[in-house]
Amino acid sequence: MLEIRNLHARIVDDGTEIIRGLNLTVKAGEVAAIMGPNGSGKSTLSYILAGREDYEVTEGDILYNGQSILEMDPAERATSGIFLAFQYPMEIPGVATMEFLKVAMNEQRKARGEEPLKIPEFLKRVKEAAASLSMDMAMLKRPLNVGFSGGEKKRAEILQMKLLEPKLCVLDETDSGLDIDALKIVSDGVNALRAPDRAFLVITHYQRLLEHIVPDSVHVLYRGQVIKSGDKSLALDLEANGYAGVIGEAA
Amino acid sequence: MPAVQDTIDRVRKIDVDQYKYGFQTEIAMDKAPKGLSEDIIRFISAKKDEPSWMLEWRLEAYRRWLTLDEPTWARVHYPKIDFQDIYFYAAPKSTPGPTSLSDVDPELLKVYEKLGIPLREQEILAGVQKTDASELEEVSDNVYKSGRVAVDAVFDSVSVVTTFKKELAQAGVIFCSISEAIREHPELVKKYLGSVVPTSDNYYATLNSAVFTDGSFVFVPKGVRCPMELSTYFRMNEKNTGQFERTLIIAEEGAYVSYLEGCTAPQRDENQLHAAVVELVALDDAEIKYSTVQNWYPGDAEGKGGIYNFVTKRGDCRGDRSKISWTQVETGSAITWKYPSCILRGDDSSGEFYSIAVSNGYQQVDSGTKMIHLGKNTSSRIISKGIAAGFSQNTYRGQVSAHRKATNARNFTNCDSLLIGDQCGAHTVPYMEAKNSTAQFEHEATTSKISEDQKFYVMQRGIPEEEAIALIVNGFVKDVIQQLPMEFAVEAQKLIGISLEGSVG
Ligand SMILES: Nc1ncnc2c1ncn2[C@@H]1O[C@H](COP(=O)(O)OP(=O)(O)O)[C@@H](O)[C@H]1O
Ligand SMILES: [Mg+2]
Repeated sequence: MLEIRNLHARIVDDGTEIIRGLNLTVKAGEVAAIMGPNGSGKSTLSYILAGREDYEVTEGDILYNGQSILEMDPAERATSGIFLAFQYPMEIPGVATMEFLKVAMNEQRKARGEEPLKIPEFLKRVKEAAASLSMDMAMLKRPLNVGFSGGEKKRAEILQMKLLEPKLCVLDETDSGLDIDALKIVSDGVNALRAPDRAFLVITHYQRLLEHIVPDSVHVLYRGQVIKSGDKSLALDLEANGYAGVIGEAA
Repeated sequence: MPAVQDTIDRVRKIDVDQYKYGFQTEIAMDKAPKGLSEDIIRFISAKKDEPSWMLEWRLEAYRRWLTLDEPTWARVHYPKIDFQDIYFYAAPKSTPGPTSLSDVDPELLKVYEKLGIPLREQEILAGVQKTDASELEEVSDNVYKSGRVAVDAVFDSVSVVTTFKKELAQAGVIFCSISEAIREHPELVKKYLGSVVPTSDNYYATLNSAVFTDGSFVFVPKGVRCPMELSTYFRMNEKNTGQFERTLIIAEEGAYVSYLEGCTAPQRDENQLHAAVVELVALDDAEIKYSTVQNWYPGDAEGKGGIYNFVTKRGDCRGDRSKISWTQVETGSAITWKYPSCILRGDDSSGEFYSIAVSNGYQQVDSGTKMIHLGKNTSSRIISKGIAAGFSQNTYRGQVSAHRKATNARNFTNCDSLLIGDQCGAHTVPYMEAKNSTAQFEHEATTSKISEDQKFYVMQRGIPEEEAIALIVNGFVKDVIQQLPMEFAVEAQKLIGISLEGSVG
């Protein structure tokens, strides 16, 4: 489903190369975990997948369902099924969460040539999704992410993911800022979405999340490259011994 | 459909600089000769069958105007206006004065239909659709609750029809064109006209006093709550014609009225002048809510054409505990020069100014308010949201002053500006003056650029760039949109989206 080939990317503003020859393949139905120390380029990778303009791809390609997505803008990528749950979700003052959800869902429907959702159907979907994430409907009347706690923001991200039904879900440190109960709720939410035609890229620091969302593969990202790949036991190994060993091996 | 979604639909349908209201209509017109002179003023006055005191009032204003110079302090630039090259009076031939709906030229009705303005009372009554309002409410606070709205339609220089007059009359409310009021209610007009904006007030107000053609008159007697929203739709259709609107609203003791004006004009290469005067008078315990959705033709993408909107709007909180609230959504006009103000004369009176000013292309906006605290314990509140895109210049100019005797005057001012792109400008020119030491004035101002982070986040959900900007901007102006009557909030949001069309390249 996703194939990243020898990707090189740099910051447009100052030319610093952040992604340096990254290779990664994720199949449909797969849950791939991306781990790595702070500053290794995990968030940058997620932004580049989503089409952020601050980064420029200088070499390599990103294929999604066999097609390069490099020429697509963020909205086009989203509509084609790529979803990013942000490490730091943005606040959108004055725009009720509910209103935002409706615009986003209907924009994507429109792009697929579907009719906008009728209000009762829309509400039904939102109520169900919110209930499954133990989110209060009253919160959804508030402007998106404004004054939300760290945990509430993360839940709101997963709520959007559920409602938009993407095919490639990139979760950037969704576990950070969550207490253990919230972590359970969010993980259950993600697990419920696992499907043969849907892939996940789960970016995390900690093994903790991977106890709840059990990955099919684990990849270590360091200095803009995948330096080691393995199965879920690699995550346990990293938890026990830290990154130093893996980094040493690669060097 | 929630407003934002609707905005997006509308934006999508429109090409860059395609002004939706830009069509013009071929209607047989009755015009005064071009130019301005005492004879022209006599012509206008005669056309309107005015009493001689009115003509004298006009002529006096005209003689004063001849001695004045055009003001230059606003941050706007335009070539000198040739007042001899303007038609000061143009009226549809079939409409000698306000008539009943059945007498109105069908072509004219079509114009208003095209503009989406409901003039047929039957249809308005029948067409009320309270669809799933309660469900919508869960989605957004901006529920489109269809209510009844009485409309005065002004086409170039005359009012063509006013709806719901009978029903309003039963409540004691007078709602008619100012021309009709001068004939039918001269005692009220004499008492109040020019009592808030004197003929000597400023260059454009003086000009307006001399040549005003039509506008609305509202009188709400003591203790009456006006049973419906009142509104006037101004349409400038004729080429090279100025529109000189004059509106007068009086709310007697304890009365309440909410009034809205909407404005559109055809797309033309030449600039056209709209110089209006609006006066509001609120007596003890009265409240007037005045809203404007101004969408005059802004000119094309290169800055050619468009309306010069030079307007004097002032409310007089003459009575104790009276309240006047101005809300404006300014998206149109090539140049806007407009400062709806409140004179807080009565003790415990309050004034409000809520404004959204959107400028794109080569538009120039210089707008704001004056809050003049004269009475004791008076309060005022100013919330201004300026959005500048393209090559436009957007200035907030405000004045808050407390008189020596105005003990405990309070003001809160918040001016936020949002820039889209880096070729435009936003400016804030606040002026505060307290001659009484008990005054408490608070002022907040911010200028920000639309954040790339926010835009990226919104687009990541599948919302295309222009729609993403419209969404963020509509969030930015939410506080002001909420002040508009429900019926117009949705329309205003759509307009904002449309006005920003083409703001990203
Ligand atoms: N837009 C940017 N401007 C400047 N530095 C950046 C930018 N984006 C990423 N970086 C730098 O790139 C490196 C990788 O960052 P990031 O992808 O956030 O790491 P991770 O998510 O793995 O912690 C860091 O050194 C970070 O400071
Ligand atoms: Mg990160």
